[in-house]
This record gives sequence, structure tokens and C-alpha cells, in this order.
Amino acid sequence: MKPNFEKGGKYEKFHSTFEAFESFLFAPATTNEGGVHVRDGVDLKRVISMVILALIPATIFGIWNTGYQSFTHAGVVDASTLDCFLHGLYVFLPMVIVSYVVGLGIEFATAQIRGEQVNEGFLATGLLIPLVLPAGVPLWMVAVATAFSVIFAKEVFGGTGMNIWNPALIARAFLFFAYPSKMSGDAVWYYGVNAADGADAVTGATALSQAAAHIYTPFTDAFLGVMPGSIGETSALCILLGGLFLLFTGVASWKVMFSVFVGGALTAYGFNMFGPETGIAQLPWYDHLVYGGFCFGAVFMATDPVTSCRTECGKYIYGLLIGFVAIVVRVLNPGYPEGMMLAILFMNTMAPLIDYIIVETNVSRRKKRAIAK
Amino acid sequence: MSDVIKLRNGLDIRLKGKAETVYGQASEPELYAIKPTDFWGLKPKMAVKEGDAVQAGDVLFFDKQSPEIKFVSPVSGEVSAIVRGARRAIQAVVVKASAAPAPVEVGKLDVASASREQIIEKLLATGAWTYFRQRPYNVIANPAADHKAVFISTFDTAPLAPDYDHIIRGNEQAFQDGVNVLAKIAPVFVGTSAKAASKAFSNVKNATVTAFAGKHPAGCVGVQINRVQPINAGETVLTIQPQEVVAIGKIFAEGKLDFARVIVLDGSEVRKPAYYRTTLGAQLSNILSGNINEDNTRIISGNVLTGTKVQKDGFLGYYDSQVTVIPEGNKPEFFGWITPSLNKFSASRTLFSWLMPNKEFTLDTNTHGEPRAIVVSGEMEAVMPMDIYPEHLIKAILAKDIDKMIELGIYEVVEEDMALCEFVSTSKLPVQKILRNGLALMMEEVG
Repeated sequence: MKPNFEKGGKYEKFHSTFEAFESFLFAPATTNEGGVHVRDGVDLKRVISMVILALIPATIFGIWNTGYQSFTHAGVVDASTLDCFLHGLYVFLPMVIVSYVVGLGIEFATAQIRGEQVNEGFLATGLLIPLVLPAGVPLWMVAVATAFSVIFAKEVFGGTGMNIWNPALIARAFLFFAYPSKMSGDAVWYYGVNAADGADAVTGATALSQAAAHIYTPFTDAFLGVMPGSIGETSALCILLGGLFLLFTGVASWKVMFSVFVGGALTAYGFNMFGPETGIAQLPWYDHLVYGGFCFGAVFMATDPVTSCRTECGKYIYGLLIGFVAIVVRVLNPGYPEGMMLAILFMNTMAPLIDYIIVETNVSRRKKRAIAK
Repeated sequence: MSDVIKLRNGLDIRLKGKAETVYGQASEPELYAIKPTDFWGLKPKMAVKEGDAVQAGDVLFFDKQSPEIKFVSPVSGEVSAIVRGARRAIQAVVVKASAAPAPVEVGKLDVASASREQIIEKLLATGAWTYFRQRPYNVIANPAADHKAVFISTFDTAPLAPDYDHIIRGNEQAFQDGVNVLAKIAPVFVGTSAKAASKAFSNVKNATVTAFAGKHPAGCVGVQINRVQPINAGETVLTIQPQEVVAIGKIFAEGKLDFARVIVLDGSEVRKPAYYRTTLGAQLSNILSGNINEDNTRIISGNVLTGTKVQKDGFLGYYDSQVTVIPEGNKPEFFGWITPSLNKFSASRTLFSWLMPNKEFTLDTNTHGEPRAIVVSGEMEAVMPMDIYPEHLIKAILAKDIDKMIELGIYEVVEEDMALCEFVSTSKLPVQKILRNGLALMMEEVG
């Protein structure tokens, strides 16, 4: 079968595709020639699969919560856990399929055009995209956003590892700016199709937009995640479970994750003490950390190694500033109560600058040493 | 007692097949070879032809650019082959011994009264100058240059590395004699292991002793230089290994040019890992035959991170004190990327073998994945105990940005210092190859 896919074979056009599936089934038999003779057992496939494993708690909870919120909103009080889950699945599954089909289709095609192997990066991105979108976003929007982010945020830069911005957040930002009427900042919640009154979907307010009006969702609800929001972002508990797994396996940098929380907490505390008397500024700092996308961003988005700082020292600065900017946007921007997405994208842009400054200190240390001689 | 420098970054790869400190018995081989390929960038010019009779210590070939640098035969006999590779480049000069290897009389020289020039002249004449390697670039040293320092690392932290404390036993005086010689060339710095170091190393006179504690690459001389006397642009430093220091000591104090070397043969595919007394450039088949699993194994002259693949009838590398034998990994593995294998070693914590901190591993030569763009950050920094950003240096080399390479400290590193970066790389980067390309570019453009 394999020769058909080699150069000159019948299905040469699908060479990258074949290789991707082959290496998915079998770790390749290639040996080290020149350089080291033994290598570490880790590879990118394994790292990416760790991220996917870490996303499982938040995904399962998100699916249930999607159903639960829909039923609650529709006035159904006796929906069983299974009903909620099934309804959530009915909403979520098509989104995941669309995201993977569109994204992987583009990835496979570009890999073939470039004559490269298919990179594993999108396997995580493909799940992250639906998780950061509100339930019930029209599927064509998922498709357009995915295509936009894979092509313009990733492939034009050279593919996985070369991108400047987190592709999943670019997908979300794209929808947010391109279709503001469908996906506004303060009412991001789309309900499923079972509304009894015949309407296809209705929007509801998130915890953050309510907080602006001094209506605070209790900390426990927000921590557990039984509240409206984007599919994967609501349950701080499930996200932190995934985060612990990422730290346990060493896949995510604790420096980034920890600093985002510290930066956010300190900034929010500052606003609590000295800020204006608006609802969002007076939202207790611990609530800030579990409302909206803060937790999800800190654990899964900010820690993306490609788009974060690559120097160890830079990771602290990068994380602190994400926390800081996210809360500042939340508090000081009257139009839009969620700042996490923009904070991470902004710091993605700034990360190379932070790295540059840190590497330059190393360079100037070396220069000074030479002069001192 | 000297200062102890503690190195936090690094990684000890725990391999199965460590040698006891015992000596194995093997007959002396018939063939010996000096391989120009062991000296990076060397353009050899032959001094002998196939079939010529040579005495031990006679010149086999010399450096085309500086003819005073000679490479001599370790045994007496006949030049049996000059092996050539692509574009007729000389790969090896093989000598068939007619007598058992023995030290050659070259006449003593009193180090205390001799001048620096006389000493260098003697080293060049005996071929012992080639025991030095010069940083930057890790090449044969320039005998005419003023060198900032001579560095000796007296311990090796690489996987299954030989124990120099054991190897040096019986030659303590010769080591001191050797250091006295080196001290005439440039200030001598000796790096010792903080854990255990032979008195021959820690109490050596005429040298600055610094103890190092930490994981591999703490024993790499480049790391020690970086901590003690970092190399700045325009400076050169000489490095030499303990056995070569002993050999130099014997030349001057005893008047004997001795090619005897001790090597360790180890690795999971060796039946009885042990030390062997052998000779520079010796063919390995005598030591290997009957002693290793020959089915689908890889024989490495050197350690698993930086060594050279050799055949069973191959020869010991010029600077190697170790031969490692491990299984080849040329078998596909079903769903190899996700199974939580406990038999694969990993510096990352994604394989769960890290839960067994004392387990020794049988590692094969499989790449365990395919090359990818750089994604994971911080992994190389974690095994790099030098004040250098490995990833940024690698990127500068890939971009062929010479100014940036110099700024980021390419003068301070050679392949062995960054071999662990290659080992841990999730993206399976060929770090040593990239670095060597960078060094080659530097030599060409800057010199």
C-alpha cells in the first residue's frame, strides 16, 4: 500500500496525509544517525495529547453545562444529568466536528503543498476553538473562524511553532470583531434549539456583564461553573484539574500559569481598594479569577509555549502582564466586560519584545566581560 | 580545599550496563588506525604510503596548513591501508603491528629549566601536541598562539562514562608531571568532581583546582571553562583529557612516548562491562568479540550523546576513553506516541518513567518521534548549566546571523556541551549538527 503514496505513486498527492496516519498508528522506526545516539522518549504528539487529556474535564463539564443552561433557561426544571449532557453534546459535537474537519483539511493541504509532514498542533487547537466559543454559534461561523485562524494566524507564518498569536483565540477574536451582532461581548450566550417558544436561540447575560450591574454571581457557582459562558470556560474547578495535570506532566509552564493568576489577583485587588465605584471594579478579586475566561485563558491559552515568552525569566513578566491587562480591560473598558482574550493576544504580540530585552541582558553581560578583561 | 561550584541545570541519563571497576582481559589487536576524521576541520597530508614500514612514533600524516603538527603511529609495523572516502578524503590510516605496542624512547626534558618554546617543540615532535584541542571550535590547537588557559576536566558525567579516578590509579605522578608541563604553556585549571575525586586530581600542584557538583554536563570541560574563565571573542583556551596529560608527563619526566590508554566498555548489550588496557587507535574487535550481543546493536566509540558509530572491526576514536554498545531501535512501535511507557527515559514528565528515580534504562537508538518545528520552551535551558540561551543561539545559527551568534556566546560551546539539548528536544532537533554548521561558518568568516 505504501508505495502508492511515495513520489511517483498513484496517490502521491496524499503523501502527507498517508504519512500522518501512518505515524499516528506506529511510532516510526527511524534511528539516530550522527549526533546523539539515544533520544528522549517525548515527542510533539505526546505533548499535544497531554493538552487534549487536560482539556477533558472542562470539555465534559462544558457539555453538561450547555445542556443544563439551555433547560434552565427554557424553564425545564426536571432535566436529568443525562438529558443535559445529551443536549449539550447535540450542540457541542457539530462544533467540534466542523472545527476539526475545516482545520485539519487546511493543515493537510498546506502540508502537502509544502511537502512537509502534518504537524500535530491543530489537534489541540481544534478542540480549543469550540471550547472558547459560546454554545449555539452557527456552524458556518465556526467554520469561517477556524479557516481564518488556521490560514492567517498560523499557516502564513509557517505553521505550528511559527505563529505569533494563539490560533484558538484568533478564531474567537475574529468572530468577535467580524460578527459583533451575533457575538457581542456582554451577552455571549446562545441557547440551544429546544426553546419551547419556537425561537431558534436566545442570548443571555454572562456573570461578567451582570457584575457590571452590581449583580454578583456567588463565588461557589462561578468556581464550579454552573453559569452561562463560553462552553469550556465556566468551570474553574474542571479547568484547574486540567491545569494540575499539565503542571504534573510539565507540559505547561507553572511560571506562566502562576504569574497570570498573581497578576490578575493583584490588579483586581488594587481596583477593589482604589478603583471607581463601578460594579466591575468592585467585584472582589477572587471572583475576577473565576468569572469569564480568566481561568481558561491562564491555564490553556497563556501557557501555549509557541506564543508565550520563551525565556524562563520572561515567562514571569509575560504572565503578570496578562493578568494585569485582562483585569484593566475588564474594569476600564465600558463596552466590553471580558478582557482575557485581548490581554493574551496583546501579550502574545509583546512576548518577543520581552524575550529580546532579556536576551540582550545576556548579550551585554558577555560584552562587558570582554571589555573588563 | 578548593571552591565548589554547584550547577543546577543538567540531566543524568541512567543507562543500564555500567562497568565495575575491574579490568577485562583481551589480547592486543593486530590493527591500529589514526583517523583524520577525529579531528574536525583537519586537512591531512600523508607522510607514508601503503606498504611502508613504520616505527611507533613515526609520522603517518601531518596537518597541511601547519606541517609542524604531526600525527604519529602508535605501533611499529606496516601501513596496511589508507582508507579514503567521498572525494578521496582520507578516512583512516591503518597500521598492521609487527610487535606488541610498547613505549618509545624520546629522551627526557627537564621541565623546570626548559623554555616554553622548547616544550612546545618537543610536544610537536612527539605528536603529543595533537592531544590538545583548542576552544573555540574544538580543533587542533595552534602552537604559535598565546593561549589564555589550559583546562582539564578530571571527571566525566556523560552516560556510563569512565571513572578517571580509577583510570589514573598508578599514574598519579605522571599526571602531576604532565600538569607541570602544561603550566609552562598557559595557566592550568583543573576541574574535579565535588563528590569524589582522586587526590591526584584534587591535590594537584601548579594548577587552579575547582570542584563541580551537579548533573551532566558538569563534567564537560566547556561548562567548567564557562564558569571559571569564560572565553571572550578573540581568546583561545586549550583543553586536554587526563589520560593525555599522563602521556605528556611521561614524555618529559621519563622520556617515554606511551600510547597505552585505558577504556571502559559498557552499555546494556555488553555481557561483562569492564575496563580494558589498550592502545591509542586500537581495533575494537578483540575486546568486543564474544563480549556483546551482536544482533542488531550499535557500537559507539565514545558515549551515547557524542560518540561515533563504529563497526565491530572499527577503531577506537583518538580522544575516546569509552566504547558503548546499545540496541538499535529500528522497529516501529504501535501507538508509540501515547502509550505511557515506563521503559523509555524522558527528561519531561509526560512518560511517567520519572516516577522511578533510580531505575536504569535500556535505551535504543530510535528517535522516538519525528522532526518538528520548535514548540516546547525551556527544555533546553533546563539541561544547559552555562550562561547561554541555547534556543536563541540555535536560531541565530539557523539564520546564519554571525553577529548574533557571537553575541549569544557561540565561542564558548562545542557539540558535547549542547548534546543534552539534542537529547531532550521534543522537536528532535539535530542540535550538534546545527552547532557544528555554525562553528564551521564562524571559522570560515571570522577565523
